[in-house]
Amino acid sequence: MSALAKKNDLDAAHFILGLSIAILVIVVAVPVLLIFLNAFWAEGKFNIVDVFAVLREPDTYQALLNSLIIASGTTLGSTVVGTFFAWLVTRTDLPFKKFMRGMFLVPFMLPSFIGALAWKMLLSPRAGYINRLFMDVFGLEAPVFNIYSYLGIVAVEVMYLFPFVFIQVCGALERMDPTLEEAARISGAGLFTITRRITIPLVLPSILSGALLIMLYSMAHFGTVAVLGIENGIYNIPTLIYERIHQSAGSFASIRTGTVLASVLVISAAFIIWLQGKVLGRGRYQIIAGKSFRPVELKLRALRWPMLGFCVLYIGVTIVLPTAVIFLVGGLKTYGLPFVSENLSLANYKFILFEYQVTKDAILNSVTLGLAAAFITMFAGVMISYVIVKMKVRGKGFLEFLGMLPFSVPGSVIALGVILAWSGKYGVNLYNTVWIILVAYIARYMAFSLKANSAALEQVHDSLMEAARACGAGMWQTLRDIVLPLVRPGMLAAFFLIFLPSLRELTVSIMLYAPTTRTIGVAIYTLNEDGETVFSAALAGIALLLIITGQTIINRVSAKYQG
Amino acid sequence: MSYVRLTNVTKRFGRVTAVNSLNLAIEKGECFSMLGPSGCGKTTTLRMVAGFEDLDEGEIRVGGRLLSSRTRNFYLPPEKRDFGMVFQAFAVWPHLSVYENVAFPLRIRKLSAAEIAARTQDALTSTNLLKSAQDSPENLSGGGKQRVALARALAINPDVMLLDEPLSSLDPHLREEMRFEIKDLQRKYGFSIIYVTHDQSEAMALSDRILVMKQGVVQQIDSPLNIYNKPANKFVFSFIGLHNFLSVNPLPDGTASLDGQRPLPEALAPPGELRDAGPLSLATRPSEIDFSTEGHFTATVTRKSFLGEIVDYQLTAGGQELRIQKNRRVPGPEVGETCGVLLLKPYWFGENA
Repeated sequence: MSALAKKNDLDAAHFILGLSIAILVIVVAVPVLLIFLNAFWAEGKFNIVDVFAVLREPDTYQALLNSLIIASGTTLGSTVVGTFFAWLVTRTDLPFKKFMRGMFLVPFMLPSFIGALAWKMLLSPRAGYINRLFMDVFGLEAPVFNIYSYLGIVAVEVMYLFPFVFIQVCGALERMDPTLEEAARISGAGLFTITRRITIPLVLPSILSGALLIMLYSMAHFGTVAVLGIENGIYNIPTLIYERIHQSAGSFASIRTGTVLASVLVISAAFIIWLQGKVLGRGRYQIIAGKSFRPVELKLRALRWPMLGFCVLYIGVTIVLPTAVIFLVGGLKTYGLPFVSENLSLANYKFILFEYQVTKDAILNSVTLGLAAAFITMFAGVMISYVIVKMKVRGKGFLEFLGMLPFSVPGSVIALGVILAWSGKYGVNLYNTVWIILVAYIARYMAFSLKANSAALEQVHDSLMEAARACGAGMWQTLRDIVLPLVRPGMLAAFFLIFLPSLRELTVSIMLYAPTTRTIGVAIYTLNEDGETVFSAALAGIALLLIITGQTIINRVSAKYQG
Repeated sequence: MSYVRLTNVTKRFGRVTAVNSLNLAIEKGECFSMLGPSGCGKTTTLRMVAGFEDLDEGEIRVGGRLLSSRTRNFYLPPEKRDFGMVFQAFAVWPHLSVYENVAFPLRIRKLSAAEIAARTQDALTSTNLLKSAQDSPENLSGGGKQRVALARALAINPDVMLLDEPLSSLDPHLREEMRFEIKDLQRKYGFSIIYVTHDQSEAMALSDRILVMKQGVVQQIDSPLNIYNKPANKFVFSFIGLHNFLSVNPLPDGTASLDGQRPLPEALAPPGELRDAGPLSLATRPSEIDFSTEGHFTATVTRKSFLGEIVDYQLTAGGQELRIQKNRRVPGPEVGETCGVLLLKPYWFGENA
């Protein structure tokens, strides 16, 4: 009897393991493998010469360089901005610190390509509102600032990416044992010396880890460069992949260039993730301990209110101004008119919500795709995480390796891989259907689900499950009655972590859309490209409302779970 | 003239008075402990001496030098006070080697390279850390980390050493060992110690004098022996060592009763000054009670547990619980038996004192 039960358990374990491996192989591994295959395998043999030939083409070479330049600039800028604001809200007596801390996280909600769109409306050399204002009112000959430039792209990316560093450094500074700094103080060191010799070195791993995250994101980032760079011929890796695939309708040469570039992205991403693991592993000091008194606080004295003013100005310029411009332009009769009441109405919003087939389809597509992807990925993620975190079966190591893959595969790579895998070459043709986008979303967001679910599962101590088994519950019963209820918050987090970003997804959908399968992101982007700026802005405004509503619901729900 | 002097020191956090007009005089070379439950104000007091907290009233002087004073609106920041301090969670910097941790206060003071080397060497020798000087403190055990913290505090050869529960993050067996090490270091360097702890045996073993504190108010300042033998009130008695409290009612004839009816014998009558104080607490230590046919009253054994060296008895008398501890070689009653108990050293306190 017990031997039989054990055999059943083992079969079930192998079934779950097999299913988990199958999901990751089909959704992530096969597309990535096909990219490498297409890049390095030509006419039946391994061919590295062609790869270098592709990389030496001026366009590809320039795109690689641009990705590096933009990512480096963005990383540097975000690190400085993020660390400075984190220090300001945790270690000084800045007024309204708590509130400002919340405000600095708002850029997380704003999709950077919508931000880029807003800055284009403000600072494009000819039509930008700010540039025109200066030229008209002050009679300047040339625009104040040209957003279609490296500096413009980097500035916009910094505005919307710096929270990655900010949140990491804030967390480290808040968790840090204050007596580490007090010990330095009683040793005779002043606040400046403490900051330089104790505080900064101790949070350096967090700063670097946030910086690498931004590097990874920016290298593979499509939206901002697509909106602001293409005008002036600035392409990075993802935009060049898009350009090639899009224009040549899948010719061999363009696929080849695309796969080579995508391989470069995957390899750099893997390298960055490896580096991040190194940094965190080496620097994981145990700096959290003890009873916490308030940490040493720098008195800003005369700078207190000017600093607050600076923060408010920063938020105003980077968040409020672009958002306002999006909504205002979305209300205009024609792009370029001044913002006076006779030019403004809700007509565009009504049109795109109720009459315009393209935008109505896009909203419906994004919502259904988001729900479906979130639902599937949430359940797949909890199963895979369960095997990785909790089960003791042979062959788990392979699954762990596969589980790492989604983290290092950027969106544009996934899109390209999915095209290679599901365009009929291997028996299934999903191209030009909404299904291919769904498959790509699942691959793209699997990382979020794995992260949230394994974090939740690690909280569930093994003894809780063993206690259920000791009470006579079988493996499935234990899963259903003990494990699932306990990880429900993690699953819910995973659901929203996928659903919300998918509402504004652009990188993947732009490569995969067909005329009837536009998503919100694609519709905003293409409307803007086609010169329908006011409709593009109105749809962006609606997307922002959707995202803000969703985020508010999540905050409510997670507050309920935590407290 | 005492060395460390706190006069009327008061600290409030919002509406809570953490320390209420505390007066304290600590001699040079003395080991002075502040003992009390968490939240009693002992740590706040230490942090005011260190300079991490300003005070709301009063002043603090060390060696005649003014450190904090409300009336003169003077406050010297901690980095200028030249104290050594050891924290509960070690607070050893993980990004610096053991040597650099210890040398840090000397480097801050911009001493010559030769002097930094000599003093660091000396502090490391005194704490047995010479072998691990170039290691990262991350690789040391809890005891090792606390030695680094001690060496760092010693390096500037301070007159006053502030110790904030320095042993409570350590394993029990290490704690005892470190107590003696701290004591030895004090003998060698001659600094005064202000020691904050909630562990009474630690305070007993180390201190010349102990301050017992409750809710920001001093309960007693005395030698360890007097704190144990002559507790000032019920709180001090209960905080130090194991204890029994029996509530008794005084009877009009000067005796008292456990159950409100039968009087206790004359030998166990409350002291005169407490006779009109209402209900009283009769306090004893479990080790200071004998089983005796000529006992003060009788009690019934409800539980008997063998704890190794000692046997622990739980009894009831007049509906109240009584605990007795006896050496295992002393014969005693079994569960269910009723026997006489003799209180060798009874204390009397007002019930609500």
